[in-house]
Amino acid sequence: MATTVLASRGSREQPSGRDNVPGRSALRTTAGLLFTPILLSAVCLALFAYLGSRDLDDIERRSINAEVIGRSLVEHLRLVALSTVIVVVIAVPLGILLTRPGPRRLAPVFLALANIGQAVPSVGLLVLLAVTAGIGFSQAVVALVVYSLLPVLRNTMIGLQRVDRTLIDAGRGMGLTRTAVLFRVELPLAIPVMLAGIRVALIINVGTATLAVFTNAGGLGTLIETGIVLNRITILLTGSILAAVLALAVDWLAGLAERLLRPRGL
Amino acid sequence: MTDSATTPGTDVMIRLDRVRKCYPGQAVDAVAELSLDIRAGEIVVLLGPSGCGKTTTMRLINRLIEPSSGRIFLDGKDVTAVNPDLLRRRIGYVIQQVGLFPHMTIGDNVGLIPRTLGWDKARTKARVDTLLDLVGLEPARYRDRFPKQLSGGQQQRVGVARALAADPPVMLMDEPFGAIDPVTRERLQDEFLKLQAQIGKTIVIVTHDVAEAVKLGDRIAIFAEGARLAQYDTPERILSEPADEFVSSFLGTGTAVRRLGLRRVGDLRFEPLDGTRPIDDRCVVRADQSVHDALDVMLRTGSEIVTVTDGTGEPIGLLPFTTVLDHHPTDGDDPSRPRERSGH
Repeated sequence: MATTVLASRGSREQPSGRDNVPGRSALRTTAGLLFTPILLSAVCLALFAYLGSRDLDDIERRSINAEVIGRSLVEHLRLVALSTVIVVVIAVPLGILLTRPGPRRLAPVFLALANIGQAVPSVGLLVLLAVTAGIGFSQAVVALVVYSLLPVLRNTMIGLQRVDRTLIDAGRGMGLTRTAVLFRVELPLAIPVMLAGIRVALIINVGTATLAVFTNAGGLGTLIETGIVLNRITILLTGSILAAVLALAVDWLAGLAERLLRPRGL
Repeated sequence: MTDSATTPGTDVMIRLDRVRKCYPGQAVDAVAELSLDIRAGEIVVLLGPSGCGKTTTMRLINRLIEPSSGRIFLDGKDVTAVNPDLLRRRIGYVIQQVGLFPHMTIGDNVGLIPRTLGWDKARTKARVDTLLDLVGLEPARYRDRFPKQLSGGQQQRVGVARALAADPPVMLMDEPFGAIDPVTRERLQDEFLKLQAQIGKTIVIVTHDVAEAVKLGDRIAIFAEGARLAQYDTPERILSEPADEFVSSFLGTGTAVRRLGLRRVGDLRFEPLDGTRPIDDRCVVRADQSVHDALDVMLRTGSEIVTVTDGTGEPIGLLPFTTVLDHHPTDGDDPSRPRERSGH
């Protein structure tokens, strides 16, 4: 009866016993949960200490200050947040639709399209959009959406397809409408797989958003580009380390959300 | 159709009227022109080999499969065209895989349809507790557990409780005990019969197990290919007078032994106790056990005579092997129904 689900990170621990005994396993999970934030804080502190120990020149100081870094970070997060929300708004309903009896036949077409979106190199996609649709924030968002649509769409479909057919039969047989079965049974059971897809999309977006600088949409890519163009290793380092820390932090938060939103009893 | 069994309340609860199901692109009908009356308060077992259409027939009743033609009546009303979701809320449904929703607690699983019907929380909770009690699960202990924390047998009980949630007059059960180990299955079947004695629902059970059909059914409908109704009668008559070659070959050998399971020791005439014979406590059967059990004791102990006791264990008579032999109806010696169920 237990539906096995694919999660983004390896295999999930199976419940060890009938009753969930708190104890060593809970301790281990807490330790595991705290590891990432501690590590990331340490990296940030080390970066801060490194920058403090250096004698920054004028050019460096123009990029490495709270205002510029803060602005890049906010731009970056806006790009990621907006594109991910749009992806979820498009891909989840589409995924639901493409698993319903009628439209199911169209599923291969949409999957192929989403596949193309992901297969095209991200820089290429950004530049292509910049050339055809102009540069700016919204073009960058469009590129990110196209690029990260596939994991959410595919996982929504897989999550729904993996729901045990007998549960749907039981639901229909006891008099639940199709809509009720979808919302009360199918979606709750598909949530772990769907969340894993959204997490992947988030990570893709955090990484790809560093390229948004090429369409003049800002973000942490600005620091990296400045570092390269002006040949300042400190600026380059700051930009790339912050981008990496952000990606890991977002991944950690998404993992936390997965844990909390996962229905009990599975 | 025979009327040898005069059950109280002989009104028809479910009527299939020349119902036919054919799937597009298939030359042979899955169900060909089937008419079947199921009386209120009876357990009817749909029995037949795999692929004979018995499950399809059952799913036609709650229209999980829509009939191609023909009409379905529930409690006298034509339900062929009513909203199937509303129809199904009046029909309990139990499947072999149980199908409890793993992300809902036992209480939420059982209370789902009452909630859907708009019952308030308090009423639903009271109903859930009543039902869990009814199927032998302590509400306080099990209400808030999740399905995976229960054994297969316990899950099956919850499945039955869930099907009874909105107090439907009819229950459909698709191989309800099929996925359970033999020992637990026996016990669940016995409990199920006791439960039915309390609730008196109209129940349709699908199975391919002859022993289960004989044990549970007030009537058995034997299906051949294409859901052709080969015979529809009481277990006793089906075992003693199979309608055709198909029925007898499906029942196989051992029908005479199976029939022993339908009669209680208490129904036989036993000899008075004679003080001369010391009671061997291995050679004892209770009056409410089946003649099959009595024969089993005889074979096991090598004794030609067993002592019959009443419910309290007090000896009330002797049952010799010859009586079993004499009373075994090879002719139409009809032990008329309704029979009291033998609980173990």
